Amino acid sequence: MSKTINIDGKDIPFTEGQTIIEAATDAGVYVPHLCHNPDYTPHGSCKLCTVKVNGRNCSACTFPAMEGQEIMNNTQELNNDRQKITQMLFVEGNHFCPSCEKTGNCELQAVAYSLNMLDNHFPHFFSNRELDASHPDILIDHNRCIFCNLCVRASQETDGKNVFALSGRGINKKLIINSASGQLKDSNISVQDKAAHICPTGAILIKRTGYFVPIGERIYDKQRIDQVSLNKEKKQLGK
Amino acid sequence: MANKIRIATTSLGGCFGCHMSFLDIDEHILELAEVVEFDRSPFTDIEHCSNSDIGLIEGGVCNSENVHVLREFRKNCKILVAVGACAINGGLPAMRNHIPLEECLNESYRDGIGVENAQIPNDPELPLLLDKVYPIHELVKVDYYLPGCPPSADVFWKFLTDLIAGQEPSLPYDLVHYD
Repeated sequence: MSKTINIDGKDIPFTEGQTIIEAATDAGVYVPHLCHNPDYTPHGSCKLCTVKVNGRNCSACTFPAMEGQEIMNNTQELNNDRQKITQMLFVEGNHFCPSCEKTGNCELQAVAYSLNMLDNHFPHFFSNRELDASHPDILIDHNRCIFCNLCVRASQETDGKNVFALSGRGINKKLIINSASGQLKDSNISVQDKAAHICPTGAILIKRTGYFVPIGERIYDKQRIDQVSLNKEKKQLGK
Repeated sequence: MANKIRIATTSLGGCFGCHMSFLDIDEHILELAEVVEFDRSPFTDIEHCSNSDIGLIEGGVCNSENVHVLREFRKNCKILVAVGACAINGGLPAMRNHIPLEECLNESYRDGIGVENAQIPNDPELPLLLDKVYPIHELVKVDYYLPGCPPSADVFWKFLTDLIAGQEPSLPYDLVHYD
């Protein structure tokens, strides 16, 4: 008999070594997340995937599934927390959706939509962040970076390079680029790299492609992120 | 007609795009006119807000006049609504927020290309600019938010019909957009 965990009253099988989010995705249960991607080592930083495991909050993307876990996921309380976390991400950076090329294809925005986030609640930081337009094909807008670390992981784990890193802590945290000048043009990134395409927000964009698909016709204009995410990540997990 | 629901609307640091989108409810405006009347609004040209049931605020808070108008609305409206991206997070005008105000003024009125008779406007009738553009919830309590740039006509219609029917307003997934 296969081992099971229980999420929101439903028994879900898992295999040894799976995290809670992997077992959930396999079973078609969506756990909201931004920094998690099944192809990469878990980072556990965005905290959106926080679930209650036997009464204690844990990140579903890092916590191993274990026999007998009683997990709360899609509850009002957790979704309220997730909404607050998303609002904090919005006020910490400068997320002006109407002027962003990524709008409609942005996972941060889509998660906010799915949580019915209608306002940003907190005072805005309006932090002063930079734009790196030095590279001929790739643009970095630090205003939209949420420090999910996916570009760092994709560069190291898929591209076999080491283009990005997160530096500093707390409010001083920033995405840095591994080149003598600190500019993207002097790094060894190429437009084919996974790292150039994995950003969940509009922080890393491929130049001259932003409006190939018109606003209103984009991924999350038509579909909810829970469905899009499950369809994509089930394939990534080989299901 | 004393029993009609009274709605006041204004645009602070906005482009009136949200008002235009409101008008996109098209013929629903006739249904609306049967149950509501407009107080201060670009539709009526009334100068000051009086007691109203619903206040719709478009735009962020950019200058001293915006502060006064916003406070007047909060004081007079039972339900205050932040309409559109600029009211909710400052929107495009807030993209000046990381540039010091003096630099903004110099660029626009003194050092910019093609500026003639360069001088910073200082007529006492002009409202003074604030250091930053603020979302309205940072100044007054806001009861409801209608996101979008602009919120679609369907958003206005859903929200107002909910309120008029005495229901807690809610926006279904397909009406929530930030762009």
